[in-house]
Amino acid sequence: MRYKDTTELEISSLLEVIYQKYGYDFRQYSEAHIRRRIMNKLRMSGLENITQMQSMVLYDETFSASLLQDLSITVTEMFRDPGFYRSVREKVIPLLKTYSFIKIWHAGCSTGEEAYSMSIILQEEGLYDRTTIYATDFNQQALNYAKQGIFSNKMMKEYTSNYQLSGGKESFSNYYISDDNNVIMNQSLKKNIVWANHNLVTDSVFAEVHLILCRNVLIYFDRNLQNKVQKLFYDSLIDGGILCLGSKESLRFSEFHEEYSELDKQQRIFKKKY
Amino acid sequence: MNYEAIVIGVSSGGMNAMKTMFPLLPKEFNIPIIIVQHISANSENLWIRLLNDKSNLEIKEADEKEKIEHGKIYIAPPNYHLLVEKNKTFSLSIDERVNFARPSIDVLFESAAEAYKNKLIGVILTGSNNDGTKGLKLIKEYGGLTIAQDPSTAESGFMPASAIAAMQVDYILSLEGIINLLIKLTQLQLYK
Repeated sequence: MRYKDTTELEISSLLEVIYQKYGYDFRQYSEAHIRRRIMNKLRMSGLENITQMQSMVLYDETFSASLLQDLSITVTEMFRDPGFYRSVREKVIPLLKTYSFIKIWHAGCSTGEEAYSMSIILQEEGLYDRTTIYATDFNQQALNYAKQGIFSNKMMKEYTSNYQLSGGKESFSNYYISDDNNVIMNQSLKKNIVWANHNLVTDSVFAEVHLILCRNVLIYFDRNLQNKVQKLFYDSLIDGGILCLGSKESLRFSEFHEEYSELDKQQRIFKKKY
Repeated sequence: MNYEAIVIGVSSGGMNAMKTMFPLLPKEFNIPIIIVQHISANSENLWIRLLNDKSNLEIKEADEKEKIEHGKIYIAPPNYHLLVEKNKTFSLSIDERVNFARPSIDVLFESAAEAYKNKLIGVILTGSNNDGTKGLKLIKEYGGLTIAQDPSTAESGFMPASAIAAMQVDYILSLEGIINLLIKLTQLQLYK
């Protein structure tokens, strides 16, 4: 057998404690990724080793809350990968137009930038009023931030460029008002977004939807967990429903590979077979 | 020592360096090479195909969960960090930039050092920042072999110079010198 090094043993024990005490399950996440996150936290915290961190998790709820924040991925942007959003406009929207009522699940929405991006596209395509977007994440702090719809000014140049590259039809500044530091997204954009706490690892199907977006979340999971979440997506999609993954994610190794056809191979957009 | 993988970090001047190096590797070269090249987020991978045409080894973008195989050269995709798992497969992540970079050389080197321990060779080539220095130090700490391009021969000497200043690098060589050393090391392994 391959012997585990001390850090590996400490990390698996720590993840077990986090799961047993708080119900958040990181045990099937990419090990290299989790290790990196935990070692960063260790350096910042001034603790000696991960075993000390484990007793903090047992006895200190404030520390635990901040550790859980560190283990959650909150990197996102508006119209991330403009080519993807262009394809949504060109290939997915025409399919959605055939439904009288549309339900979209944005799984792992983090601080909401991509959910607002979707709202903008739906408004421009005249579909927003018959759509509900369920934007979910297990990170409540990120969800609270998303709900406010207030983002830093600094990113707006990049977001505007992304929006234009994605085939945006308006002036991007029509969608927000800004002050010195922040932009506030138009209220109308969040009218049909339902923000909800949902954990892909431990929670189950909550609605039948026409479109699922889950981009750059599955890359953090091991193969078993990826399959489990793919089953959740498959069970949540209507026949003919659409699944959008991140630009480097695929169904190739998944048990559900045969159950979808490719709507846009390069942009990782799949259609559930009838 | 039987080395199991080579990690290379390269930044500005990297395209020319790779164009020089890879055609020199023979098809019998039997250690996987994993590369982080700093590159802009939305770039196409056309350059990988161009490099591939001139190489005896297969050069490809690293896929998530892909098993790392001998005789291949893997390149980190733009806008993702590339990590090596203990089971010698790749993971990708969109975590924050490290040293202003995604992919970051440190992220690859540190995860690879933990996965391969002393069976890893780390190489820092041309570049104008200090990404990779921390990672190369960790490779050294685990007993791996460390190589830096001779800064005076690099298009941009800052990155290898940063590594050389921070630690006792095992070899400081020109690009041709590095390739010759790598070939020699793998030939020794063939005869074992």
